[in-house]
Formats: sequence, C-alpha cells, structure tokens
Amino acid sequence: MPDATFLDATELVINMGPQHPSTHGVLRVILKLDGEKVMGTECVIGYLHRGVEKIGENRTYQQFAPYVDRMDYVAAVSNGLGYCLAVEKLLNIEAPPRAQAVRVVLTELNRIASHLLWLGTHALDIGAITPVFYCLREREEVLKIFENYCGARLTTHAFRIGGLQYETYDGFEEEVKKFCDWFIPKVDEYERLLTNNRIWVGRLKGVGVLSADECKEYGVTGPVLRAAGVKWDLRKAQPYSGYEQYEFEIPTAENGDTYDRYTVRMEEMRQATRIIRQAVDRIPSGPIMGKVPKVVKPPVGEVYVAIEAPKGELGYFIVSDNSTQPYRLRVRPPSFVNLQALDRMVRGGLVADVVAIIGTLDIVLGEVDR
Amino acid sequence: MADEQKPEGSAAPPPSGGEAGSPTEKPAAPAAKPAAPKPAAAAHAAPPKPPAVMVTAPWESDITQLLKERFGADITEFSTYLGQNFLVAKPDAAIAILEALKLELDFDYLVDITAVDYPKRPERFDLVYIIYSFARNERMRVKTMIADGYRPATAVTVHLAANWLEREVFDMFGIEFEGHPDMRRILLPEEWVGYPLRKEVSILQQDDSWVKENLGIESGQ
Repeated sequence: MPDATFLDATELVINMGPQHPSTHGVLRVILKLDGEKVMGTECVIGYLHRGVEKIGENRTYQQFAPYVDRMDYVAAVSNGLGYCLAVEKLLNIEAPPRAQAVRVVLTELNRIASHLLWLGTHALDIGAITPVFYCLREREEVLKIFENYCGARLTTHAFRIGGLQYETYDGFEEEVKKFCDWFIPKVDEYERLLTNNRIWVGRLKGVGVLSADECKEYGVTGPVLRAAGVKWDLRKAQPYSGYEQYEFEIPTAENGDTYDRYTVRMEEMRQATRIIRQAVDRIPSGPIMGKVPKVVKPPVGEVYVAIEAPKGELGYFIVSDNSTQPYRLRVRPPSFVNLQALDRMVRGGLVADVVAIIGTLDIVLGEVDR
Repeated sequence: MADEQKPEGSAAPPPSGGEAGSPTEKPAAPAAKPAAPKPAAAAHAAPPKPPAVMVTAPWESDITQLLKERFGADITEFSTYLGQNFLVAKPDAAIAILEALKLELDFDYLVDITAVDYPKRPERFDLVYIIYSFARNERMRVKTMIADGYRPATAVTVHLAANWLEREVFDMFGIEFEGHPDMRRILLPEEWVGYPLRKEVSILQQDDSWVKENLGIESGQ
C-alpha cells in the first residue's frame, strides 16, 4: 500500500525492468516515486546468475578460463587478463615480455571497445540516436582485430595461463597502428557531437553526483571514482603486465557528476590509444608462452589479484589446495559493487535521470549477476 | 539439453574437451581433498609433494605493530604469502580491527568480502575481508574463522560497501550477519532453499521444488 509522503501525496511504486531497454540487460529497479521525484530505489538482480564461482570450483584452471569471458562480455579480454594474472601469481610465474606486450595491446583495444559501447548506448538512452551508429562502426574495427587474432569477436579467450596461445598474425602491428591513427579523429568527432551539445549538457551536468568520499565508502572504482577527482588507476598504482613501461595520464574530473564521467571516459579512450601505440611499437621478440606445466597444480595458498578493467577494479581471489581445480574462486566484479551506489545517486533526483545514471555507471549485468 | 536424461558421461556440454563425466564425479572431490590446514599425506600418497599448508612468512610493519598493541591476543597471525599480507583475527574482534584500520591506518576502501568453506574444520568458514588504502597504496586481508551458525557482526557500520557483499555471502554460504540492515538473498530468488557455494552442494544440485513451481519445468539441468 502506498505510504503518505511529506507532500501529502501518495508514494507511487514503479518497476523499471527487468525488461527495459535502458537498464542494459536484466536489471530490475523498484522506484519509489513522489510525482517525478525519486524517493528511493531497490535493485533486484540475479536474473543472469549462472554460478560462475561454483563452476570455477568444478573445472580445472585451464578449463575455467573461457568462462570468465562471459561475465563482462563486452570486455572479455580484460576478464581473461585478470584471471590469467591471478593463476600466474598463484603459480609464481610471469608471462614472457612478448606475451605481456600483446596482452596490453589487446586489453587496451578492449577498453576502447567497451567504452564505445557505453558511449553509444548511453547517448541512446539520453535521446541521441546518431552516436550509437558511429560507435558501433568503430567498435567493429576493434572486433575485427580480435577476430583476426583469435577467431572470436566477443568472448575471445585470447590469453592462456602463462602467456598466449597464438602468435600475432601477419600485419597485426600495422593494422593496430592504422586503427589508432584512424580512431583519434573519431573521438574528436563524438566530442563535436556531444561535448557542447545543449541537450547533452543539460541532461548530464549536476546529475547523479557521487563525491570522492562516497565513492570510497561504497567501494566504487573505475571512471566513476576518477570523475570524482581521485587520481587512482590500478595500472599506475600497482602496475601489472608491464604497464609501468608506458606513458599515459589518468584522466580525472572534479564534480563527480554524469557529465564528468563522460569526459573521463572520452579521455580514457585517447589514453588507451596512446598506450596501444607505445606497446605495439615495442613488442619484443621471444616466446609467447612461459614455463607452465601441462597440468596446472598451484601450491596450497591464496591470492587476490586485481586489474583495472574498463568498469573498475576487477579482482580474483583464488584459494588453491594443490589440486587441478581451484578450491575457491571468487570474482570481485566492479559492476556489482558500483551498482550498489545507484540508490545514493538517484535519490532526490528525477525519474528521467535514473536512466542517465544507470547508463553512466556502465554496468554489465553478466558481471553483476555472474 | 541432452544431459537432462543422462547427467553422467558424455552428456555434459563439453566445455573444453577432456574430463568426461566430471559433473557427477565432482561432488565427491571436495571431500577427498580436505581443507588446507592439515590435509596430511593420507589423502594422496604421491611421492615428493609440495607442502600441504600455505607456506607463509611472518609479516612485520608499522601496521602490525600498532594492531598488536591495540588488539593483542585477538589477532592470532600476521603473515604474508607471495607478497600479499593478511592477518587472522578472532571473529568477535574483526569489526573493531576493520574500524581501527580505517580510521587510524587509512584502509578506507573495502574491496571485497567473501568466504571459503572448509566442511571438515570445526570453524567451518573462512570469512575474508579484503581492504585497500589509497594513501598507502597497500592491500591486505583480514581473515576470521567461524563455525557454522555463528553470526558475525556486520561491517556495514564501518564500510557501506559491505551491504551487498555480505548479502552475497549470506546468499551463497548461509552466513548471517548480525545487525545487517537488509539480510536477504541477493542473487538467488528469495524462496530458494540451500546455499550453493557450500562444499556439500554439488554443481548439478538445485532447488528442484522452486524450479518446478516457478519455471514450470522438471529440472533446470
């Protein structure tokens, strides 16, 4: 039954989702409304729950690797990198330098692809139809590179524990460089479409503010945290896979609103291109696979390894009991933790802003639900 | 799917070839390989084996010093494994330790809360808090061992991020947190019976009555 509110009106409860185009998957948000004002929300998640962690306990270390691609399916390469790094840490080995450089190239390409999909759908949610076509066109070029490299476009399973399975194909470097040269003007083009667009600015500025302290309190990471002014990126803070060799900036903003998160991600695409250029220029020669036993049986122990995925900190906590399967495999998904801050961001705002805020959080339900 | 009739053998959707029949064998596996602390040589009699316990080194720093002074016997172990630091605390003290770490040592970001199930141990679960300090650029883990049915205090009073993370631990392991504002399942349906990440639950096991009633099918497998 609706409760009376301070305006002497009645509270209206509305279900947004799970089948709603702008929830980016099967997210159900129960909105408590007072007119157009959001008084509170409750997220109902789990529609895509597949028990990834349980599957992990029942598969060998190598068998489980393809599964992680299905969590954040728009950034499958990042998922794979995190998992491989975690198992490598458990085995106390490192991938050879050549493999690390190729991994960085592919992971950053994937960051671009993920941000492009975010930009296209976010703009679509706000009401701008054009950007999504542009974004998908550019994303297609990234996916073609993935396809040429490993045969798959989305759930790539590009990396293996200890390095790479495939050598780069002929012309890989040239194709990646060509993409970088071609891509930067495209980012400028998106910015011309959106950055100073009156409707865009009007819909995003001051909407869904999350301050730096609130971000830390809620465990929110990634572009959302950086937009609140915290210059923190795991690639810089605790470099992995050779990121310390590359020069790049961590873009930040000040206000922590939806518009700032947009500018941060746009700049991140440029920085990712910068990293790719450096990495592809100096891919060392050498083996692509480290010394990994055929049967991966890490010694008894536990590790937590995290990487900077496009959405934030993606961590794997693996407990080994010296068998071929993980004793416990926990995924710390950035989307799940970031989504928790949704209630704080939309409370007191307008119902139309909920759509903008879900878009700007850049969640993937496959990862939220696992 | 094919494996509806025949869960064993070839029926399983082959994830990557090999290991036919794994789905049915697996449930037994966790029991055969006991919990980390003392698996002893009885389980496997292989020749030269790596040690059956985690080979940790002691961890000493300003953090451990301060915590030792403050909490004394409440913290039973300070260790580091592969360069990752952790401490083992008594369950009652965990929240106070997290609070001290947050307020005095800048560990202001709760990364994750999770649990590990060791069914053969009297304190059945490892409850693991992973925390990070932006100021120190340092990560550490706080572990407690709790028995089945013990209700650890919630960490929501210290970190708001704990809310959903603790709900997930409850959902998957059945550990109820005392004082949590909203102790409900989060990923599974509310009426679901059972806690899937406990070791006695096999990968094929599900709440059949829930599936029948809500999905109108005999089995989700």
